[in-house]
Amino acid sequence: MSFKGSTRQDAKRLTLLLLFAPFTLWILLLVVLPHIGMVVLSLREKVAPRIYEFGFGNYIDFIQEPIYWNTLLRTGGMSLLVTVLALLIGFPVAYYIAKLAGNRSKGALFILCLIPLWVSDLIRAFGWILLLRESGIVSTTLQKVGLADGPVELLYNDATVIVGLVYTVILFMIVPLVSTLDGMDNEMIEAGYNLGGNSFTVMRRIVIPYAMPGIVAGCIVVFMLTAGSYLTPILLGGKNSSWFTEQIYDQFIRRYNWESGAAFGFLLLAFTSLVIWIGLKLSGQTLSSTVAKS
Amino acid sequence: MTMKTVLPTVLLGVGLTCSGASSAETLRLLTWGNYAPDNVIDMFEAANPDIDVEVTLSNNEEMIAKLRATGGSGFDLAQPSHDRIYAAQLEYELYKPLDLSKIDTSTMTPSLLTGVQENTTIDGEVYAVPHLWGTSGLMANKTEAPDLTGWGDLCDPKYKGKTSMRLTRTILLGTAFDMGEDPFAAYADLDEYQAILDKVADKLIACKENIKAYWQGGDDLSAMMLSGEIVASETWDSTAYKLYGENENIVFVPPATGALAWIDTFALPRKGKADEAAYKWINFVSQPEIVTLLSASSGAIAAVNGAMDLLPPDKKAAVNAAFTDDDVANLKFFANIPPGVEDMEGKTLEKIKAATGG
Repeated sequence: MSFKGSTRQDAKRLTLLLLFAPFTLWILLLVVLPHIGMVVLSLREKVAPRIYEFGFGNYIDFIQEPIYWNTLLRTGGMSLLVTVLALLIGFPVAYYIAKLAGNRSKGALFILCLIPLWVSDLIRAFGWILLLRESGIVSTTLQKVGLADGPVELLYNDATVIVGLVYTVILFMIVPLVSTLDGMDNEMIEAGYNLGGNSFTVMRRIVIPYAMPGIVAGCIVVFMLTAGSYLTPILLGGKNSSWFTEQIYDQFIRRYNWESGAAFGFLLLAFTSLVIWIGLKLSGQTLSSTVAKS
Repeated sequence: MTMKTVLPTVLLGVGLTCSGASSAETLRLLTWGNYAPDNVIDMFEAANPDIDVEVTLSNNEEMIAKLRATGGSGFDLAQPSHDRIYAAQLEYELYKPLDLSKIDTSTMTPSLLTGVQENTTIDGEVYAVPHLWGTSGLMANKTEAPDLTGWGDLCDPKYKGKTSMRLTRTILLGTAFDMGEDPFAAYADLDEYQAILDKVADKLIACKENIKAYWQGGDDLSAMMLSGEIVASETWDSTAYKLYGENENIVFVPPATGALAWIDTFALPRKGKADEAAYKWINFVSQPEIVTLLSASSGAIAAVNGAMDLLPPDKKAAVNAAFTDDDVANLKFFANIPPGVEDMEGKTLEKIKAATGG
């Protein structure tokens, strides 16, 4: 190896190192380290004021208390429902933007989808509250038109939470779908029709398989965001709707029980990862063949 | 400008800002919304030109969480309620003892001062003095719910779907009193307290049917009450006073078993760096003219002598509409929370929230 060659290689290595440094630091400092801290914290058991012991007590508490795992399952179930709804509503929208809309209107439609994201979650939730409350806009309109006799309460139930969540996260479904569908050659669809397929078979055999990376990516993002959301379920939810993030907040803040809060946080992470793993297995996909591709 | 001239200029600028910052002391307050209004801060900074006041707004639970996360640093003066000092100090060592010689305690209401001191004395050291106090109780729209007198009336089927409460320890304690128990006395025997909590939980779960929604903060409670969506609710007195200003039919109702009284205090975080400035602030806000301003912004009553007379006119009218002398004598001050009780109460609240009924 000549001297020149090795400096070039060193320079290359250095560039690579520098390029990766911010990413590595970010992952290490903001993701890995805090999580290690959480695991350590969650394995501490409080035996007396200022005295802690190592143990799995916080996890055992979780298993023994049906309220906790019921809330976790409920959060998981509702998040899945939100994901499915977001996919069902988002796919046609994304298909229209990517395939049917003209070049000029494409950008405009995309911006229209993005605009709600410029407003914070909190403000959007308050928007729903103003619309749906008993003395709100929808209720008064219904009464004026004569469709309802008295005030209608549309707030404070699970359906409202679902609607609010779908509204908040649907964009994260549409964006990856649009970008995958955009890359699809229109001739593939034409070929499908030419070979005698109807709209349904073309959709099922050509479009959806092609869009699979986008679908999987969108579903993962949406599911994670929903399961980890805090504001929307709290503000729109009713007197029976507990959300798991609320439990974590309560443990940390109201009950001063950081140890069990950390255990809950870790359990939420493990649970959502497990659901995604099961989802990938059931649909026969892998992360490398879908997300990495899109 | 070349690089050579830019650098010294920048350095000079940095030097100037640093020296500017070091001559002025910063007082970092950790307090409740409306407890340090801008007009009071301006007056304080005018009187003490060398002190800058920085305010962080919070509530009891978050104050303790913040101080716990930093081991008691990051703030110079905190204002937790009197029942949140003893256990927090024992468990997490968040505060440092007060030097009472630096505080003008002669103007403070003697009963509140001794009450707070008794509650917050550990190993002979006092950790807090009182600042503002107020109560939690009920609020009712007189035209729709004239007969509401006790905590339990929120569960009266007459008002089905038209009452609200906040799911916190206040409603647990209030309901316990309403059922003829004395939860504060039971703090001494946690098994007995658990038995009371279980009874309270059953009652509140059965009550869920009656509740429209659990409120989360003063704003959503106000909106529900003013729009007439609910006719009665558990509330902070200050929220009720505020609504009284907008609709005279909405009054604060001290429950028959006694309104629950809290005292927000002054306590020094363990690693606070501006104790002198903190003492100055404590003495400054205890002056009569400042007390009126604070009561106007917060709706709470100061723990100084003659505080009732120092209330601004609108708040005085609201308090008079709500409290008789008997009600004041009947106040139940929150007792010190022993270690472990928060966990028991937290579990009970979770049970109520998760129960499906109504």
